[in-house]
Amino acid sequence: MEFLHDLIDFIRTRKKYWLIPLIAILLIFGILIVYVSGSAAGALIYPLF
Amino acid sequence: MPSYILGISSFYHDSAAALVLEGKVIAAAQEERFSRIKHDDSFPSEAIKYALREAGIEIEDVEAVVYYEKPFLKFERILESYHSYIPKGLKSFLTSMPIWIKNKLFLKKIIRDELKKIGGYTGSLYFSEHHLSHAASAFFPSPFQQSAIITLDGVGEWATASIAIGQNNSIKIIKEMSFPNSVGLLYSSFTDYLGFRINNGEYKMMGLAPYGDSSSEEYQRFKKTICSELVEIFEDGSIELNMEYFAFGHSLHMTNEKKWEKIFGFKKRKANEALESAHLNLALAIQDITEDIVIKIAKTAKQLCETENLVLAGGVALNSVVNGKLRNADIFKKIWIQPAAGDAGGAVGAAMGYYFIAKENKRIPSTCKMKTADLGPAFIRDNIIEALKNSNLIWEEIESIESNLERTAKIISEGKIVGFFQGRMEFGPRALGHRSILADPRDPKMQQRLNASIKFREEFRPFAPAILEEHYSEYFDEKQNSPFMLFVHQLRAEKRKKTTPTYSWKERLDQIRSELPSITHVDYSARIQTVSELNDPVFYRLLQKFHKITGCPVLINTSFNLKGEPIVCSPEDAIRCFQSTGLDYLIIENFICSKPK
Repeated sequence: MEFLHDLIDFIRTRKKYWLIPLIAILLIFGILIVYVSGSAAGALIYPLF
Repeated sequence: MPSYILGISSFYHDSAAALVLEGKVIAAAQEERFSRIKHDDSFPSEAIKYALREAGIEIEDVEAVVYYEKPFLKFERILESYHSYIPKGLKSFLTSMPIWIKNKLFLKKIIRDELKKIGGYTGSLYFSEHHLSHAASAFFPSPFQQSAIITLDGVGEWATASIAIGQNNSIKIIKEMSFPNSVGLLYSSFTDYLGFRINNGEYKMMGLAPYGDSSSEEYQRFKKTICSELVEIFEDGSIELNMEYFAFGHSLHMTNEKKWEKIFGFKKRKANEALESAHLNLALAIQDITEDIVIKIAKTAKQLCETENLVLAGGVALNSVVNGKLRNADIFKKIWIQPAAGDAGGAVGAAMGYYFIAKENKRIPSTCKMKTADLGPAFIRDNIIEALKNSNLIWEEIESIESNLERTAKIISEGKIVGFFQGRMEFGPRALGHRSILADPRDPKMQQRLNASIKFREEFRPFAPAILEEHYSEYFDEKQNSPFMLFVHQLRAEKRKKTTPTYSWKERLDQIRSELPSITHVDYSARIQTVSELNDPVFYRLLQKFHKITGCPVLINTSFNLKGEPIVCSPEDAIRCFQSTGLDYLIIENFICSKPK
C-alpha cells in the first residue's frame, strides 16, 4: 500500500497523469510476466535498467 | 547521541555504503570488495555491516538512511523514452520491465527489508537525486568553502550532467543536461564499439587513445565525422546526440552498428579481435572530443559560478586524462576530485547531502574534508596470523614497521614485485598504497612483466606512478597534488628519452621513453599519485626508503587484484591473489611472505 501511495504522490507532484494507464497495464501484465517466468533477465544496457 | 547518516548506492553498478558522523565520512566501501564480484550491484549488506562495525554502532543508532537516487523518477524517464520510440524497443522493453516490476519499482520495500536483515532498522529512509548525490559527494568532502561543481556521467534519473555552485552547507544546481544527451553515454558508446565492456572498459579506451596518431588523415576524418554526424557540441559545452546513430534509448545495444560501420568504415570490434590503427585513432578522436566538451563545460561553470575552485563527480570525472587537461586549461585555480567519483561515491553524497542540505548543519571544510581514501576495513594481527596459518606460504613477522619498510624497499629495488597490504582499504577504484602491487619503475621490462604475469591484462595498458610529494614537480609538469591518482600529467622534458618513430603501435610498446620507462605512457604521460607524509605516513616512508636506496622517489603502484576481480580486501583475498600470480613477495602489515620453493 505504501508503494501505491508513493506512486500516486509522485505522479501528482510531477503532473504526469498520462503515465497512469501505462503504469497500471504494466503492473498488471508485469506481475503476471514476472511470476510466470520466474526470474528477470540481467541488466545489459544501463540506461534502461 | 551523535548523528550517524548511512548513504547507500546500489542496484546499478558498484554498490557501496558510506557512514557519515557529524558531517564527516568515517567509513565507506564498495560491496564488490566483500562479495568478490566485480562491480557488484546487489544491496551493499556487507559494506553496511562493515561501516557499522567500524563505528562501533548498531543499525538502530543510525539517524537516517539515504539512497542515492530516485527510482520513480528514473522509471518515468525510461517509460517516456520507450514511449517516444514506439514501435521500436519492444524486445528491450520486455527485457527491462520485468526487472523494474519485480525489483526496482519496489526499492523502498527492498531496502527496508534488507536493512531489517541487518538489524531491525525502523528509522527514516530518504531518496536523493542522482546528480545531487554526485554534486554533494564532490563538494561537501572537499577542502573548499565555495566551489563550482560539475557532475558528468551516463545518466541518473533524467540528468546526465549538471553545473552547480556549492557554498558552505548548500548546493544550488544552475544548469542541467538531460537524457539522451550524455557525455558519459557518448564515451561508453565508443567503448562498446571498440570491443570493451561498458562501465568497465572506459579506462582501457582511455589508455589506448594515446596510441592513435593525431597527425593522421584517419584521425582527422574520425573527429570530423563524430562532430558532423554523431554529436553537436555547443559553445556552453552542452551536446545534442543524433539518436539515429545511438540505440541505448530503446534497445539492448548502445549504437546503431550498421550506421557506425558506414561512417567509420569498419565493423564493431569483438573483444578478442586484434587492435588496428583505426581502433586507436577512433579512441583518440573520442577522447579528444570528450576533453573539448568538458573544457567548454568548465568555462561555462566558471562564468556562472564566478569562483576559482572546481570539484567534479560522476563517472566521467574518473577520466584522469580529461582531468589533467582541465588543470592545464587553467580555467580554475584549484580542482579537487574525491577518490570514488563514480556511482559508488553517490553513497557519500547521499549521506552528506542529507546532513548538510536537509538538516542544515554547519559545514566546516577543515573538519569534514576527505583527506585520504582509506575508509575501508583494516585487519588486526590475529586475523593475519590465522589467514597465514591456513596458507602454505613462508612468512616472517618483522618487529618494527621501519624495518619492514626498509626490507620492502630493498626487495623492490632488486627488481622484485610485491603485493603491499597496509591499514585500511581504499574507497574508490584506485589502490593508493593500502592494497597495491608495487614495483620498480626504472626497469624497462616491468610494464610487460606486470601485464603478462601478474595482472593478466592488455599489453598496451600503462602503469601509474606513486611519487613523493616533494619530488612531484621535479618529474612532472604540474604543481597541484594528485593524492587520489585522478590526474594525468606529462613527464618533464628533461626526464624523457628520444625515441625513433615507428609505424607499428606494438613496436612502440617496447620503446624506452624515459628514465622511468615502466610508468611513462606512449605520449609521455602518467596517471600520478602524489604521496605526502601527513596523509599517508606508511606509504610515504616506503617511498622515502626506496628513494634512499635507488635515488628514485617513484614506485609503480597498481591495484592488488587479478584481471576481472575486485581489489583485495582481506588477508585471505591477498593470499589467494598472491598464490595465483607471479608476485614475488606479499607484505601484509608487518608480515613478509613468500611462496614455498
